[in-house]
Amino acid sequence: MKMRYDVVVLGGGAAGMGAAKGAKDLGSSVLLIEREPFTGGVLNQCIHTGFGLQVFKMELTGPEYHEFYRNKIGKFDALYETMVLNIDFDGNKIKAMNSDGIHEIEYGALVLATGARERPFEALRVPGTRPAGIFTAGLAQKFVNLENHLPGHRAVIIGSGDIGMIMARRLFLEGVEVEGVYEIMPYPGGLTRNVAQCLEDFNIPLHLSTSVVKIHGKRRLEGVTVAKFENNSPIEGSERFIECDTLVASVGLIPENDLVKGKIETGSDDGIFVDDLMRTNYENVFACGNNVCIHDLVDFTTTEGEIAGKNAALVAKGESLPPRAGIIIAGSGIRILSIHYTTATEPFKLYVRVDRPMEIATININDKPVKAAVNARPSEMIELTLNPQKIDLKGKIIVSAKGVKK
Amino acid sequence: MRVAIIGAGVVGSLIARELTKYEAEVEIFEKYPDVGWGVTKANSGVIHAGYDDEPGTVRSKYCARGNSLYTKLSYELGFPIKRTGSLVVAFDDEEVRVLEKLLDYGKQNGVEGLQILDKYKSLEKEPNLSKMIVAALWAPSTGIVGPWEVAQAAIENAIENGAKIHLSTEVKGIKKENKKVFVEVDDRDYEFDFVVNASGLWADVLAESAGVKVTPLHPRKGEYILLDQSDLVRTVIFPVPSKAGKGILVLPTIHNTTLLGPTSEDLPPDWRDRNETTREGIQKIIENTKKLVPSINLSKSIRTFAGLRPENDLKDFVVVKEESMVNVVATRSPGLTSAPAMAEEIADWIVQIGGLKLNKNFNPYRKPIPRPYEMEDKEREKLIKENPAFGRVICRCNKVTEGEVIEAIKRGARTLDGVKLRTTAMFGRCQGSFCTVNIMKIIKRETGIDFGEIEKNLPSSKVVDGEIR
Repeated sequence: MKMRYDVVVLGGGAAGMGAAKGAKDLGSSVLLIEREPFTGGVLNQCIHTGFGLQVFKMELTGPEYHEFYRNKIGKFDALYETMVLNIDFDGNKIKAMNSDGIHEIEYGALVLATGARERPFEALRVPGTRPAGIFTAGLAQKFVNLENHLPGHRAVIIGSGDIGMIMARRLFLEGVEVEGVYEIMPYPGGLTRNVAQCLEDFNIPLHLSTSVVKIHGKRRLEGVTVAKFENNSPIEGSERFIECDTLVASVGLIPENDLVKGKIETGSDDGIFVDDLMRTNYENVFACGNNVCIHDLVDFTTTEGEIAGKNAALVAKGESLPPRAGIIIAGSGIRILSIHYTTATEPFKLYVRVDRPMEIATININDKPVKAAVNARPSEMIELTLNPQKIDLKGKIIVSAKGVKK
Repeated sequence: MRVAIIGAGVVGSLIARELTKYEAEVEIFEKYPDVGWGVTKANSGVIHAGYDDEPGTVRSKYCARGNSLYTKLSYELGFPIKRTGSLVVAFDDEEVRVLEKLLDYGKQNGVEGLQILDKYKSLEKEPNLSKMIVAALWAPSTGIVGPWEVAQAAIENAIENGAKIHLSTEVKGIKKENKKVFVEVDDRDYEFDFVVNASGLWADVLAESAGVKVTPLHPRKGEYILLDQSDLVRTVIFPVPSKAGKGILVLPTIHNTTLLGPTSEDLPPDWRDRNETTREGIQKIIENTKKLVPSINLSKSIRTFAGLRPENDLKDFVVVKEESMVNVVATRSPGLTSAPAMAEEIADWIVQIGGLKLNKNFNPYRKPIPRPYEMEDKEREKLIKENPAFGRVICRCNKVTEGEVIEAIKRGARTLDGVKLRTTAMFGRCQGSFCTVNIMKIIKRETGIDFGEIEKNLPSSKVVDGEIR
């Protein structure tokens, strides 16, 4: 089948829904393409609360957030259970496949909102056997929240990412004995609020600078050996065997951009490089959400999606958007930037992550301090509002962080 | 003539299929719940050219011949093979002399197209090779396959031509009595006229149970790292071989990933199920392969695993042919490559002994599972029209459709690994975190197995454990 839309959005999670709304609000025809049979993405399995505080000033569960926002968008066209096979960026065409056959879709502008995938436990190259009973946190969450099945009865959580801590609590509440959460770094990998609400409130121990060094069990997991770590290496003699039938891994998210690899500029962590209009290296291709950079809160991806959708609609209408005027570079102390280019036209929000914990972090732009963040940690994004009327956002813009003691 | 084959690895499967070309009653016994899950499952998947094997060894007799048979086999049995070619790279003059020796072995073994390339020609073939190399031996006939796919295809074709398979059936011993052979399984014996022992790691034990003395086996472990990188290397890259074997390689796989390994660690004879990875092994792979290809990106690792190869002190295959039994022992490297040539010769032997006639109804062709992602649009459209399930992608990393999963189940997959090793679903960069649930739902729907009872691979390897409420 052949079709044409002003704006085509790839991915129906929070960012993609935001983009659909942003484009629809400006009167564009919108087609959303989604691999699952429904919108919402990972929100559907996140039945815990904490969503929506930023954008809606309400505390919602994932499914509530999805429903609430979905109703705001109104009607739009969508292809579900549909896989994009390739994108012709020069011909502005997409080839997609579903059970009705092959579809060729022409777009005026395109929004990439393909989200992220979990780093699998197997990527850590942990020695030992390969039994059943090892899950990514997201997969364990799907089994428990959507399929009504328990992954096992005695669990060890490896990695203290947000989903890992949320699953520690979730499993505890379903009667699973959660032996502990093990984090290789000397600080937690997720939000402070999750350390308090998911672990401390339930007396689930968090072991820092400790990780799994061996897997035991031939058929189903029988246990793991953990050890203390120093400089990324296990400390000899610190090993301890833990009997468990379940290992849940929360060891990072990876922006999912394999479809556009080699065509769209990405960084070393696979995130797409965009400017403050959420525009990629193609004038009519935009990106938003976790395929740009891994966000702390879904709220931010919704906002980003709306910006991307709005600008995509403008381009589809034939308006020309301002060109890029500056490049943002991560300087010392900074690990992640959400945006890599500026147009230096309107104020915008930039999210950054520091590369190590700092009691007080001074964030500098070209060596001028713009913000001080207390208790800065790599796991919590720092929000900066950059206004071209106030600081020079043309040319080379180096963002750095310097730690000072309280 | 009733013939039993013990072991549905690549050797046993190909022998079984070869025998179905004749009027033999073939029954295959496999201790695992699926085919190709022993030695076949975890090796490099390389179809070697045949220059490594010292002329005069049993290996040298089968390897080059086996390599050439793979082209026809792949066509008939519908499994993919890619003739990537290989480079053995030398870093100094001493190593260049080893290349010259290999070139000479290759010529004696009848390997065609071998050539020693200088540094620049080598780097042209493989731009990511270390700039420190001085020369390389180029072997154009080296190829790559998915080893378990060869076993699956051969068994499917053998069954189509009348063979019978007993899965999850461990053979405890073999007895020869009055020109008959008895295959002992749990509480009963099966009577046959002839038995082929292709039981991989346990081949010496089974041979002994039938009174055949062979050089004892021990497992040799090979650890691997799998990378989610499709463009790192185009050919199979070897260091120069040493006493420990062909060395630790960098190679593309047939499934568009990159494989690093194997290590080569001799284990005690009774460690035949100790296929765990080790910190030292993984470290060794990293150090060795980075010397060959410095741009290896370890952050692209998606899995590590280990396989066990049946090794003996002769470092050579042992094929013992008798009136009522053939033992195929020590099918170490290059066992995968040699398997078709062994199968051909062993089948000939049995045909002679039994005076077997050709099976006039033999159909050499096995249809592979359709793979819409790799088809032209017209072909895809037609397939999806016939069966819409071939349009629904279940595994997003490797673009495997529901149709392929259903077809894998129809062909015998009952476990997650059964589906994985037939379709490549759960084999990609997310290692199944997205698609496992959907695949379990399809297994449940197609087979009636309870969701909670579905296993990863072996019995007692249940994926989940209990309902919530």
